[in-house]
Amino acid sequence: MPIIDCKLLVIGAGPGGYVAAIRAGQLGLDTVIVEAAAHGGTCLNVGCIPSKAIIHVADEFEKATHFAAGSPIGVKVAKPEIDLKKSVVWKDGIVKRLTGGVSGLLKKNKVRTISGWATFIDGRTVEVRTEDGVQTIRAENIIIATGSAPVELPFLPFGGNIISSTEALDLEAPPKALAIVGAGYIGLELGIAFAKLGSKVTVVEALDRILPLYDKALTRPVAKKMKALGINVMLGVKAKGAGKTGLQIETADGKAETIKADKILVTVGRSPLTEGWGRDNLVLDMDGRFLKIDEQCRTSMSGIYAIGDVTGEPMLAHRAMAQGEMVAEIIAGENRVWDKVAIAAVCFTDPEIVSAGLLPDEASEAGYEIITQSFPFAANGRAMTMESEDGFVRIVARADNHLVLGIQAVGGGVSELAATFGLALEMGAALEDIAGTIHAHPTQGEAFQEAALRTLGRALHI
Amino acid sequence: MGEHIIKLPDVGEGVAEAELVEWMAAIGANVREDEVLAAVMTDKATVEIPSPVEGKVIWQAAKVGDILAVGSPLIRLEVDGPGNVKSGEVVEETATTEATSSSPVHGGGGAEGDGGGVAIKANGQKPPQSATPTAPPPVGEQKTVPTPSPSGAPRAEGDKPLASPAVRKRAADAGIDLRRVHGAGPAGRISNADLDAYFESGGETQARGGGYVRKTGVTDVPMLGLRRKIAEKMATAKSRIAHITYVEEIDMTALEELRGQLNATRKEGRAKLTVLPFLMRAIAKAVAEQPQINAIYDDEAGIVHQHGGVHIGVAAQTPGGLMVPVAHHVEARDLWDCAAEVTRLSEAARSGKATREELSGSTITITSLGAMGGIVTTPVINHPEVAIVGVNKMQVLAKWDGQEFSPRKVMNLSSSFDHRVIDGWDAAVFVQRLKELLENPAMIFID
Repeated sequence: MPIIDCKLLVIGAGPGGYVAAIRAGQLGLDTVIVEAAAHGGTCLNVGCIPSKAIIHVADEFEKATHFAAGSPIGVKVAKPEIDLKKSVVWKDGIVKRLTGGVSGLLKKNKVRTISGWATFIDGRTVEVRTEDGVQTIRAENIIIATGSAPVELPFLPFGGNIISSTEALDLEAPPKALAIVGAGYIGLELGIAFAKLGSKVTVVEALDRILPLYDKALTRPVAKKMKALGINVMLGVKAKGAGKTGLQIETADGKAETIKADKILVTVGRSPLTEGWGRDNLVLDMDGRFLKIDEQCRTSMSGIYAIGDVTGEPMLAHRAMAQGEMVAEIIAGENRVWDKVAIAAVCFTDPEIVSAGLLPDEASEAGYEIITQSFPFAANGRAMTMESEDGFVRIVARADNHLVLGIQAVGGGVSELAATFGLALEMGAALEDIAGTIHAHPTQGEAFQEAALRTLGRALHI
Repeated sequence: MGEHIIKLPDVGEGVAEAELVEWMAAIGANVREDEVLAAVMTDKATVEIPSPVEGKVIWQAAKVGDILAVGSPLIRLEVDGPGNVKSGEVVEETATTEATSSSPVHGGGGAEGDGGGVAIKANGQKPPQSATPTAPPPVGEQKTVPTPSPSGAPRAEGDKPLASPAVRKRAADAGIDLRRVHGAGPAGRISNADLDAYFESGGETQARGGGYVRKTGVTDVPMLGLRRKIAEKMATAKSRIAHITYVEEIDMTALEELRGQLNATRKEGRAKLTVLPFLMRAIAKAVAEQPQINAIYDDEAGIVHQHGGVHIGVAAQTPGGLMVPVAHHVEARDLWDCAAEVTRLSEAARSGKATREELSGSTITITSLGAMGGIVTTPVINHPEVAIVGVNKMQVLAKWDGQEFSPRKVMNLSSSFDHRVIDGWDAAVFVQRLKELLENPAMIFID
């Protein structure tokens, strides 16, 4: 095959890679993107999008189950049934539409797409194993956007009944008993969903708390809901391996036990994909297990950039997308540097958690003198009308000039508030800016304004 | 106490309007008799307007760059005694004051009274509708008067600059390090207005990561005074005249030898000879044989005025721009006289002291950039003349004389002609005659 020469080669068509390629195409750069699987990466194929689809199915099913037992709002239905096979087909349809959309956008922006596995030969040359043979590509600039994969535990190798999040999204039926190793956001999102779908769920976590990224105030409503769903959360417990009947563990006081389970879901994090694409042929500095990058996403080799999960925490699609956009602009000659204030993180548990900027403890540790207050949804009219009174919005601000440093919320549907939280932080809002903005009534967003007012000592509705 | 109105005097023959280029006396200033009040520029020269009386300036008719009609009021002085304001002109005063506040008023239209009003054409020639005085300025132009950066650092050590993504992008595009910019907003937030203030204060820009930086600013330079005149003249020349440019190489070796000897033996007090006086004399001699070259073409009347007198314009670069002082009657001047006249004129032009007479009346023009002259130029004819002779740089080149190469001092003449009235043949004859004269300089002086 003739060698392809291009201005920019992107390796990996996940959210970071495809956004970089689209932006580069918009800027008129001759761009090639290589992907071994379907476009869209983990996010569209086996991550964010399919998991939200399954969570939606679980929420709807739980609602119906709840109504079957009679409900205070006066809705009563017959006992619902779940056909998870059908749910998965529906979910796959959404994934296909989105990944097809990405391919269309790449084409529209004149990005050449190559399907195959890329391996670096040197800092300017990559070989791609395609169905038709080996394609050599030479590029002036290369973006490594290889992403990450679920971490496998050596004593719980994936296969059979030991599954990762990828397989959990393609089950034919809800497991009767599901044991989940790891109480991070992926484990809890899926655990809550399967509990709602009728599985007997047990979560084991080596640490003494769930969702270690958030503070206790934020996780408490989630823990409460999990208890109500009958999820057994075991903290300070070590997973040891898989037995015939389920997951073998060692409890906090050293006792060996077995948790009955027909599926064991291992969600102990994701690791960056730094092997398998010829890193040995390059001289890339590392930052722990990640590729080391600077404030322009440059690696230690000139002309080679890295974005997304392979470059570190937080491993979030929207971080990768922003990095991809920035790098494309840098390669096009624009003066860009990573100057984002906040990357909001959303946890689609029940209730949802959203956090943008600094938590109160983080702000104090960073040396700020802070003021912080929260406003409960129990005092929010809209939340009451949605039977979603658990949770609150909390604001952390500097005591001296009222600059907002962080905003968190936990509650039903609060993921959509991530937009306004991110905007406030990115615009450099002070408490008075939020307090002085009219928030439409009746919405959950009013709790945001009230939290600002309360932090200023003048809440109106509490 | 009375008022004395000074009108724009007739500043030159046939001049109907002049551009105000400078106010020397501000409103409120006390001026003595004969003190210069203002300077106006006509097609040819800058004219200073002195005060005929002693008094205090209380009104000015226009701002710098406006064009005033001859005879229109220029300035009003408060004077001891009755002044020169008649009762009928009071009406005019009111009218003119209004005229200035809502600038575009059509010349000759407008005000009542005997003077016919002030004819001010605003530079931009705005449409009349825009004169509505109550129209608010566009939002973008509103200045919130951001507090200038106080002395010292704009924020505490280690504090990150606070700005919206749009402001950050604008700063990045302009190569501004936001850490240096003072933010006037809540919590020290940097707004677009703060960034404007930083730009205006001439704040440093720097590239991030050592790269090149895009600059997006645009500097608007108003075309005023001499620059505007040059623009107008060049546009007229290029749009009306069908230029033909003819380039010929001149062997200056003999002339340079002669020039060296003359300079070495010149009398004290005489200006040093450049090539220019020789060329002027050669032109005077050549046009005597070809009077159609030394001419003014009035294309509207369809007449070519062939002049007997050879008035050579000598293009000179001045701090304000290109000017063309004129050496009159070169046919009647000897070499030394030509040299002295050129020296005197170019100094007058450079210092802005050239009179209207010294800047007009040329019938043919020479343009020379000396060492900067390049090898070929395409000179633009000084309209309404029909010929211009351009002098290129002189250099020593090896020339083949039939037997061997010898070093010769060689220079090109790039000359343009108005092809509407000068045929290519005649242009060639003229330049070949100049070549003959310059290469055999004795011929310049022998009839």
